[in-house]
Amino acid sequence: MAIIPKKNEMPTQEPKVRARNFNEVALGYTEEIALAEAQRCLNCKNRPCVEGCPVNVQIPDFIAKMKTGDFEGAYEVINATSSLPAVCGRVCPQEKQCESKCTLGIKFEPVGIGRLERFAADWHNSHATEKPKIPAPNGHKVAIVGSGPSGLTCAGDLAKKGYKVSVFEALHVAGGVLVYGIPEFRLPKAIVAKEVETLKALGVDIETNVIIGKTLTVDELFEAGYEAVFIGSGAGLPNFMNIPGESLKGVYSANEFLTRSNLMKAYLDDPVTPIMKGGKVAVVGGGNVAMDAARTALRLGADKVYVVYRRSMEELPARREEVEHAIEEGIDFRLLNNPVEILGYNNPENPRDPKNGFVTGIRCIKMELGEPDAGGRRRPVEIEGSEFDLDVDTVIMAIGTSPNPLIKSTTEGLEVNKRGGIIVNEEGLTTRANVYAGGDAVTGAATVISAMGAGKTAAAAIDKALMG
Amino acid sequence: MYKIVRKKELNPTVTQMEIEAPLVAKKAKPGQFIILRVDEEGERIPLTVAGTDPEEGTVKIIFQIVGATTALLNAKAQGEYIQDFAGPLGVPTHTDGIKKVCVVGGGVGCAIAMPVAEEFHRLGAEVTSIIGFRNKDLVILEDEFRACSDKLVVMTDDGSYARHGNVTVPLKEMLEAGETFDLIVTIGPLIMMKFVTLAAKPFGIPVTASMNPIMIDGTGMCGGCRISLIQDGKRVTKFACVDGPDFNAYEIDFDEAMSRGRMYTDFERHAYEKTCNLLKKG
Repeated sequence: MAIIPKKNEMPTQEPKVRARNFNEVALGYTEEIALAEAQRCLNCKNRPCVEGCPVNVQIPDFIAKMKTGDFEGAYEVINATSSLPAVCGRVCPQEKQCESKCTLGIKFEPVGIGRLERFAADWHNSHATEKPKIPAPNGHKVAIVGSGPSGLTCAGDLAKKGYKVSVFEALHVAGGVLVYGIPEFRLPKAIVAKEVETLKALGVDIETNVIIGKTLTVDELFEAGYEAVFIGSGAGLPNFMNIPGESLKGVYSANEFLTRSNLMKAYLDDPVTPIMKGGKVAVVGGGNVAMDAARTALRLGADKVYVVYRRSMEELPARREEVEHAIEEGIDFRLLNNPVEILGYNNPENPRDPKNGFVTGIRCIKMELGEPDAGGRRRPVEIEGSEFDLDVDTVIMAIGTSPNPLIKSTTEGLEVNKRGGIIVNEEGLTTRANVYAGGDAVTGAATVISAMGAGKTAAAAIDKALMG
Repeated sequence: MYKIVRKKELNPTVTQMEIEAPLVAKKAKPGQFIILRVDEEGERIPLTVAGTDPEEGTVKIIFQIVGATTALLNAKAQGEYIQDFAGPLGVPTHTDGIKKVCVVGGGVGCAIAMPVAEEFHRLGAEVTSIIGFRNKDLVILEDEFRACSDKLVVMTDDGSYARHGNVTVPLKEMLEAGETFDLIVTIGPLIMMKFVTLAAKPFGIPVTASMNPIMIDGTGMCGGCRISLIQDGKRVTKFACVDGPDFNAYEIDFDEAMSRGRMYTDFERHAYEKTCNLLKKG
């Protein structure tokens, strides 16, 4: 049979339509397309794709099941190593991971592994009726701090081995960045809720409104009988650029903007939590969070949304599919531009003018790429005298975060690096006995899948330490 | 769900509740705050802890009905439940080495100032309290302040009760008469805290102000609560939820904080009116 050179396209909402609603952009493969895409897998001997997966999904095996139409079987293969299949299928940067290693990809487009994974997970979620079997308890208790991707993965892996797992979440709902950060149109909240329910069905307890480091300390968790603690407390305080005007009204961190829209549902018509809607918006940064913020602003009714990024398209770190979708939706990418000041309204005649202190624009300077830096990326350099202003009402800073300081400050013996990230060894063990950590709390802002990989590594290490 | 164990009206616009939250009650210290949501669809609001009973497992909150969420909270009866209650958050008020303190509270800020005054009193410090209100009907916690203060001055803006004028008047009088303190703690409207700071400045007395900016998560994630401090001529961004809520008042950019506090005025007015209409319909 001749090889089909291109991946089967994923049906999506029309760009013009979806740019004004919060429904999911990508609609997923149909059964027919999924079968056709599965056929593209060569089932090659050396299975390089598996190496590209941070959670070790046995990709050729699940695709082999799909080829025969055994979608539940495919799901089981994925679920054996991944606690969040429906999430990964949607948000992983597959082009940098499994798909980048695909043998078919040497000559043609790689197999659409992410799309197939998503299909298998969605098929399971809409067809499966059987509850997962609760594994026999092994008598050991583990506490997980934070219910984001690393915490949920660690919890799932341990629960499957019979551990009694409690997950402590500071916010009022479980999911971490999957609920406060990633927007509905990219990852519907119902999907996250479903994955959390699956873990609960495995016997995992989720305690919301408990802030470890404040409500309870790590030491108190040990006193309460937990034998190991995994810290997956996630991204912390947002970074700002330290340029003039960042305290003006209308300047948000991406965390705040997305939290208002996602977690607090400010995107609804008559919300209880306010957010600035409409007008012109500039998002500063080029990562996935910047794409999420820009596309959220558009859906909230913005007339114009700019992404201001200091390097070029080639270096833009966001997931490729999100960038393509953003361009289709009409996001205006201002590349090789860097903000130098945020401009605000000030009426010197009337200090009580209600417009005082609101953003009116952003002053940027043009950049060019110079010599590569230590990391190999070409360093952007300012072009002297090239400043220009963009008229905007809202500025969203999406330039990363620093790890949350709350646990560090109340846990003796827990060492952090100079950026505030918790120091761990290759197994996720911190400088404190029986305390493990992973995800953004360790690395600073990274991806969902790398956090899941860290949760998985730590779960294996905890199991080894407690069971010998 | 968290039970409202007791509810009491302190004045027509200020309500006190004691909420069952044993873990928070065990940990909370004066100056810290909690985040609550009234119901499943509610917004998250920060409220400063006004007292705890660790044995009973309750946390006291005192709030002014100023917007939609506080109106909804006030509509809850004793024995009913609120959806979410998380804390304690923020850094407790710094009390080490303070022998003589002046606590200056304004309006509903007195609800936060009172446990701070109590804590200093309990630690053996000499406590002077100056509390101010718009008028006689709005006076709260006078007896509680009297019980923990060596000296108490009550002020009303319109002179309808106690002394006429704002809190800076007696503070200035005391300082000009040669009175001195190790620390002045001020809690209340931003404009009041700004003028308390200006009044104390010529006398070189340290002042801390308790900031209450707009917050969402309250756990050091969103950055919405940021305030600017001016340190050695440089502007430094701090986050009230993890670095505060108390800050060295001489460093705070109060004008900026006041401007940021007005970001959603129109939205809040609309939400409040809508909620009031809904509550009236019952």
